[in-house]
Amino acid sequence: MTLDRRTFIGTAVAASSLAAPMVHAAGHGTPRVVVVGGGCGGATAARYIAKDSDGEIEVVLIEPTRVYYTCFFTNLYLGGFKTMEELGHSYGTLAGEFGVNVVHDWAVGVDRDAKTVSLAGGSTIGYDKLILSPGIDFVDGSVEGWDVTAQNAMPHAYKGGSQSELLKAQLLAMPEGGTFAMVAPPNPYRCPPGPYERISMVAHYLKTNNPTAKILIADPKESFSKQALFEEGWMAHYGGMIERIGPDFGGDIVSVDPAAMTLTIDGEVTEVDVCNVIPAMKAGRIAEIAGVTDGNWAPVNAADMSSKADPDIYVLGDSALQGDMPKSGFSANSQAKVCANAVRGALTGSRVFPAKFANTCWSLIATEDGVKVGATYEATEEKIAKVDGFVSQTGESAEVRRATYMESEGWYTGITTDMFG
Amino acid sequence: MRARAGALTRGAALAFLSGVSAAHAAETGSVENGERLFAECAGCHEVGQGARHRIGPHLNGLFGRRAGSLDDFRYSKSLARVGANGIEWHADTLDAYIENPRTFASGTRMSYPGMKDAAERADLLAYLRLFSANPSDIPEADPTARGTDHSVDPAILALEGDAEYGEYLSSECTTCHQASGGDAGIPSIVSWPEEDFVVAMHAYRDGVRLNPVMQMIAGRLSPEEIAALAAYFEGLGP
Repeated sequence: MTLDRRTFIGTAVAASSLAAPMVHAAGHGTPRVVVVGGGCGGATAARYIAKDSDGEIEVVLIEPTRVYYTCFFTNLYLGGFKTMEELGHSYGTLAGEFGVNVVHDWAVGVDRDAKTVSLAGGSTIGYDKLILSPGIDFVDGSVEGWDVTAQNAMPHAYKGGSQSELLKAQLLAMPEGGTFAMVAPPNPYRCPPGPYERISMVAHYLKTNNPTAKILIADPKESFSKQALFEEGWMAHYGGMIERIGPDFGGDIVSVDPAAMTLTIDGEVTEVDVCNVIPAMKAGRIAEIAGVTDGNWAPVNAADMSSKADPDIYVLGDSALQGDMPKSGFSANSQAKVCANAVRGALTGSRVFPAKFANTCWSLIATEDGVKVGATYEATEEKIAKVDGFVSQTGESAEVRRATYMESEGWYTGITTDMFG
Repeated sequence: MRARAGALTRGAALAFLSGVSAAHAAETGSVENGERLFAECAGCHEVGQGARHRIGPHLNGLFGRRAGSLDDFRYSKSLARVGANGIEWHADTLDAYIENPRTFASGTRMSYPGMKDAAERADLLAYLRLFSANPSDIPEADPTARGTDHSVDPAILALEGDAEYGEYLSSECTTCHQASGGDAGIPSIVSWPEEDFVVAMHAYRDGVRLNPVMQMIAGRLSPEEIAALAAYFEGLGP
């Protein structure tokens, strides 16, 4: 889909004709910011705008779920290092302490001329500035044989919550000596080391509980994030258990049959017991509905995360096409603060400071064997550009790896506090 | 808050149990003299970037570590037992150990007779603490953090921080460091004295402190930005 103004108007008209909604305009008094999506980007943006504007800006956060389960650290849940309860967070503090109007509903339409967002429940909310942070959706047909109706047989477990619980139940139910398969996604996708941390955590579980089991990865990518670190760890901790088939051996020519529980790689059919299909990804659907996507993602200006299609719309996190930052929770959180500062400045004249971005991704390979990769970024005319970075080294001592793991635990507490108060 | 209370309790318990004068342990030694004194240790121990185990274990990250806890070093049974009893290395325990190793751990393989001069021990520890990042450098949680021997230009220390800019910049810190002062896994940075904050950040910039995330973050902050952050965080109550 291109940046075609007619397309989104059509969608908006279709949506509004359904319910003949009452329009709550932003009016002339307190400016209103509407945030769609209460994850790392959206919750952070809502909290910072509300906190720093001190009542000068009304903040509405639209998020369908009552309890937000972080997608980051779900791999640790699979490995038995976290419970699902520990990954759940409520919006109570955002509402109660920061005065954010949290609306549990789906945003289904955006009318950019009227500057309104329509909700599945029938309401329409006017905005002065709209922040879209809807995360990812999957590209239809990217894995032959798989669609959303197959996600019970072959879970993606890539959005946090119930899908992760399903995948874990299937892992626990695997027969002795069975096969756990993963179809890894093509670039770009959410959390570059995520699939490989997941493999590590699955292997950790199997090593203890089902040591003759096998893990098979079909991967369309020639290389992947922290590859040397993962491969070193897999050899050291789970030697012989994990087989990865890259594109040189047909890892990019894959189909699945959810009814028969088979995975076919370059014509060769394998019966599997669990099949974790992580399809190709695109921006959350509402970004496409709003007409701010170009292809699968939504292009933004690096200085403030504003959409290249509409100066009153901002796109954060996984959905944004911004340049060099990986799609991660840390990145979305970082982008949200730059955006919050800019939005506040535009609406109330508060000081606007230059954009600074950072990201760090921690991954757990085995018990207390943590690794990390990180970088800092700056805004250029063209994109968010990498400034400097680092990555854990192979051969690090157990002490360093343990410290890295402890740091990741601290980060989890830090970022979730930063998001939800 | 929970972690903070825990840290204070631990500190109080150690001071009580070890009988080491807390005031004395909290005194800050001279890093320069400590580096000179380290020559007495260097026959067996390495410290700093790339340090490895030799006859004794390397001493990076020593402060805050449980005694005898490095997986890849073979300790004496005696020292392993000290660790199993829950003793961690902090200024007070290290001071007692270095003063008379065999009194502290009777069967230790550290064949060092002991450093009898309290001021020298403080100097040595001031030097060693440079190679410990977290969590022992939280000023209010551990006396090891008091050392502010440094080579930061006085002109940099004299910079007046713009706290409002600091508040904006702080949002980069609070992805990991909690604004509430909680310090589970990652240390608290609220209410630090401005100078300690500036010195610590410049130590990361200069590669004296080793954590790569902090080296990266500090590395692109200007002296003015560091001053702004220091001004903001000092004023932030826990």
